Amino acid sequence: MGISLYEKVFNRHVVRKDEGTYLLYIDRHLVHEVTSPQAFEGIRISNRNIWRKNSIIAVPDHNVPTTDRTVKIKDPISRIQVETLDKNCEEFNLLQFKMDDRRQGIVHVVGPEQGSTLPGMTIVCGDSHTSTHGAFGAIAMGIGTSEVEHVFATQCLIVNKFKTMRVVVNGDLQYGVTAKDVALDVIGKIGTAGGTGHAIEFTGTTIQSLSMEGRMTLCNMAIEAGSRVGLIGVDNKTIDYIQDKPLAPKGDLWKKAKKDWLGLVSDEDAKFDSEIEIDGSLIEPQVTWGTSPEMVVSITSKVPNPADFSDKTLSSSYQIALKYMNLKPETPINKIAIDKVFIGSCTNSRIEDLRAAASIVGTKKIAKNIKLALVVPGSGLVKLQAESEGLDKIFKNAGFEWREPGCSMCLAMNADKLGPGERCASTSNRNFEGRQGQGGRTHLVSPQMAAAAAIYGKFVDIRELN
Amino acid sequence: MDPVNIHKGIVIPLDRANVDTDAIIPKQFLKSIKKTGFGPNLFDEWRYLDHGEPGQDNSKRRINPDFVLNIPRYKNGSILIARENFGCGSSREHAPWALLDFGIKIVIASSFADIFYGNCFKNGILPIILDKATMDKIFTKVEAKVGYEITVNLQKQKIYYDSEIASFEVDSFKKSCLLDGLDDIGLTLKNKVDIENFEKKYHESFPWLNSGEKLK
Repeated sequence: MGISLYEKVFNRHVVRKDEGTYLLYIDRHLVHEVTSPQAFEGIRISNRNIWRKNSIIAVPDHNVPTTDRTVKIKDPISRIQVETLDKNCEEFNLLQFKMDDRRQGIVHVVGPEQGSTLPGMTIVCGDSHTSTHGAFGAIAMGIGTSEVEHVFATQCLIVNKFKTMRVVVNGDLQYGVTAKDVALDVIGKIGTAGGTGHAIEFTGTTIQSLSMEGRMTLCNMAIEAGSRVGLIGVDNKTIDYIQDKPLAPKGDLWKKAKKDWLGLVSDEDAKFDSEIEIDGSLIEPQVTWGTSPEMVVSITSKVPNPADFSDKTLSSSYQIALKYMNLKPETPINKIAIDKVFIGSCTNSRIEDLRAAASIVGTKKIAKNIKLALVVPGSGLVKLQAESEGLDKIFKNAGFEWREPGCSMCLAMNADKLGPGERCASTSNRNFEGRQGQGGRTHLVSPQMAAAAAIYGKFVDIRELN
Repeated sequence: MDPVNIHKGIVIPLDRANVDTDAIIPKQFLKSIKKTGFGPNLFDEWRYLDHGEPGQDNSKRRINPDFVLNIPRYKNGSILIARENFGCGSSREHAPWALLDFGIKIVIASSFADIFYGNCFKNGILPIILDKATMDKIFTKVEAKVGYEITVNLQKQKIYYDSEIASFEVDSFKKSCLLDGLDDIGLTLKNKVDIENFEKKYHESFPWLNSGEKLK
């Protein structure tokens, strides 16, 4: 019997197997300022060393301001956290892309951009959206701060093997339907706990057709389906994306690597613990209406009515969500007006996302009811690329603000946030209560849908703009 | 980490599904570089009616009298019960740190998100999964009696409530770490030679993955 991609990569990293657990070797450790200070402190207190320093890349992203970088961070507590990362990286001699480095950006954009994310790797970071890197045929997962310290000290993690789930998506996506819509559609179907305890592998012709950036968007959202690990088999697109990246292998090593990597796919007869199949051609642009990513419908639908659901917990969750979102049951999605727009986050801030959003904007202006429309590139390099293509001018001309890279209003740890009651079309990944600012109301959408919402002041079906 | 074995305590019922870690401890409190002091801001946006910021005097804030942590009958509770997919979302370990700092030792739900579940064990909190029917029963009992207490025995993997007993599953490694309050980094470092040997062979087999030479 064949084995799955997850098992292939997993098996390469088993240092030892103990009763029920595995000691798994970690290739790459990404570090940011929020989940690392206590881990560094732990290393200091216990007088331990960092096992393999060249496995680590650090970058501040959560707290950084997206405005002028030449001035210091205003919020003193945010500033201390970023400075603590600086101090720790200096003390332990680790590679860091500091706030003023043009390579700085969101950790999950920076890793692949630098070629530090490679097929067959195990990659961890104290951040749940680490699943992003699974797009390269790697096992990439979010860990807590205790585990960050564990990887610092031992280059390993104690893990249980996940079950495997295969999500097969076949068919051509319609015009205006993106990897983000595929992700939201999958989450809508299996629920935010549907992938708990599983590594999800995405396969099928729809997935093959996605660009590497689209695949990253999809794997990024695996955690919103409950799965710490999302992954996609290696093909020529994967190889082409990595080639010539700064940290990618070169010369003879590149040839050997390429040969190995192309084998990083599930065997045809691999068994999965569960499997679902989706017709990609039927997926419509998605918009979340509630306070969990699974509370999602297509742009042609209405907000559901809690009274239609017999399950008490579900019905009560829907009621709480509608109250928080200030929406009435059965409101058509395309009647929902918005106040703010956020294009950014580790889900949708790469160059293709910005190009796609800009193509919708064109020479139009944002609607009068839009108080703020932000475009926050995923990294300094994405920003430079976008500027070289003139995308910044398109956005600015329309009334968007063009900002410096960081996590920004995805989680609102910096100054970019929603005010109470404000409603936002956001390309980020979580619509939890308060996520983008206390009392703020988030609707998750693709970059194109967010751009269109900015122009029309409400959600519109971008297929009709074609 | 303090060991956990037998614990008896007042139950706090949080009757919600998909309680995410953003709700458990909102983002503005993640700016701390410490592991302690998060308790007063546990469930901040549900617990208070005004906006909270780090370093604020929380005793002067407007509390939400309807939120379960503010209801006097649940005062000094140490066992939190909730519905499915508790702890979903962000990997922030600040969530278990906040629960622990508040005084929660046990969380019982019909399911947990993976990262949160693992993070609990690293901090001396026992997360317990019970089936929905048992959860329903416990929710009903907690509502019916003021100061309702249950007893959890990790060694025996049992929960005692009134005259009833429920069993729960727990991974044997995680269980032994909690029972003994073990530092798992110390345990892993006992296998230092295994890791060194593995690493050497691994980098010989996959030399392209250690392109890190170019890094500092």
